[in-house]
Amino acid sequence: MSTLSERILGGPAGSYVDRRIDRAFAHDGTGVLAMEAYRRMGTPEPTRPETVSIIYDHLAPANTSQTATLQKELREFAAAKGFSLTDVGGGICHQLMSEGRVLPGEVVVGADSHSCTTGAFGAFSTGVGATDMAAIWAEGSTWFRVPETIGIDLSGRLPAWCEAKDIVLTVTGKIGMDGGTYRALEYTGDGAAALSMAGRLTLCNMAVECGAKAGLFYADKTTQEYLARYGHEVEQQKPEEGPYCRELHIDLADTEPVLSVPHRVDTVAPVTDYAGTPLDQVFVGTCTNGRYEDLERFARIVRGKEVACRTIVVPASRAIMQQAAKTGVLADIIGAGCMVGPPGCGPCLGMHMGVLGEGETALSTANRNFKNRMGVGAEYYLGSVATAAVSALAGEITSPEGIL
Amino acid sequence: MTLSGPAVCIGTDIDTDLVIAGRYLRTKDTSVWAEHVFEDLDPSLAHRLRGAVLVAGRNMGCGSSREQAPVAIREAGVVAVVAPSFARIFFRNAINVGLPVIECEGLTCHEGAAVTISLEEGWVEGDGVRHPVRPLSGRMQDILAAGGLVSYRRNK
Repeated sequence: MSTLSERILGGPAGSYVDRRIDRAFAHDGTGVLAMEAYRRMGTPEPTRPETVSIIYDHLAPANTSQTATLQKELREFAAAKGFSLTDVGGGICHQLMSEGRVLPGEVVVGADSHSCTTGAFGAFSTGVGATDMAAIWAEGSTWFRVPETIGIDLSGRLPAWCEAKDIVLTVTGKIGMDGGTYRALEYTGDGAAALSMAGRLTLCNMAVECGAKAGLFYADKTTQEYLARYGHEVEQQKPEEGPYCRELHIDLADTEPVLSVPHRVDTVAPVTDYAGTPLDQVFVGTCTNGRYEDLERFARIVRGKEVACRTIVVPASRAIMQQAAKTGVLADIIGAGCMVGPPGCGPCLGMHMGVLGEGETALSTANRNFKNRMGVGAEYYLGSVATAAVSALAGEITSPEGIL
Repeated sequence: MTLSGPAVCIGTDIDTDLVIAGRYLRTKDTSVWAEHVFEDLDPSLAHRLRGAVLVAGRNMGCGSSREQAPVAIREAGVVAVVAPSFARIFFRNAINVGLPVIECEGLTCHEGAAVTISLEEGWVEGDGVRHPVRPLSGRMQDILAAGGLVSYRRNK
């Protein structure tokens, strides 16, 4: 018996291993720092440049001459080193890595904390800092401490008004912001098997919000079908399930729409507890909930109606935006009075357009509600796409329960 | 390596946005990060950190992978950071940028009280009480001794 992390990293929990990196990526923010560190390391050429992606998403397109100049420098560096570069408008690094660039069993490292997202494919995916990334460019490998694993067994099916976001907020509330530190989360059970790939990506994305190093699903039929769309034939992974340092069981039928309340991700409460809270802004997007399935669900709720507060929708990638344009989802969203932003991180990290003013309140589908993150002196709640949609229409926090 | 300094106490679950806010990340000038470190937690903190040992609560450095967070703390003059637990990316980043971080349970923090740390022997002393801690791995100690992963690799 071994956990999926132990199998992929090749050692028992607690041991230290050196592993070759199958995919490495950085964005415009961390990429610049990694480039600086790489230069100072004095290594002439990267070991395996073909495994490296640079993806512009955090300040994309650039908002000042200063950031534009930093991006120009990184663009030239990436070209000189033979890295793959996805320029502005391509989308969020985690989403692009999810569009056929990560396969089951791989070791994937991103210079961004939400790199755990692609554990949804049965890969060991984790985040590192910029200097670590520079050393990975140089060596093509790095060291890991193999994590202990928390097993999360999902049974049953979600009610119509709930989605993966409600599951992961519930899990984060149960484990707490540091309950997963130095550990991995492994999702199993018939409830997990029934989740779409978009839902699995949402669950793995937020593993880091309880401190975990990785979030993982076993590759199954859903994984095979999803990756086949990108031309990859992959094998299923046989679940061994354990040994776990802790186990959680969640019956999805008991899930209710929930929110993370300012300013902690693990302060989780039913949406109904906060119903009626006036909102200045609703934001739908990010690496947590900017996928096509999310946009389509949002559009279905707001179609033919008018939002009652300013609402910003940001597709997580160009491919998602294209699909949403083709199917009329974008037209429905724009028609309801929402603003659609360019594919990327949007206002999530508070560096770019759409940040909040002092004293304002927002509901966001992102993964963090840290104090001042999305605007100094503002408050924001984290919730599902459905909660965001019905709340945008009402201009106040509203539960989708009974509406859908 | 023995490190010591007066304690500066901060709370639990200090996230990287509180260490250095996103609005200050549009530069690679480390002095900007040092100047604004912990600004959203306590604007007076940045100027009390030179030579200090930062004593934090559980889950220090949770949140993003931004390496500017440990760099800002180091550049502000902090000698070492002691906490019962660290967020893992922050912990690894701190070692990589040459900021000593020590996991220590049970240290009570009194603002300004002397704290002494031995990385090799694995203890932290504060209030006259010596707390044993798990020593850092040999590789981590080597990286710290070199002043960070960049110099460690350059020297290799």
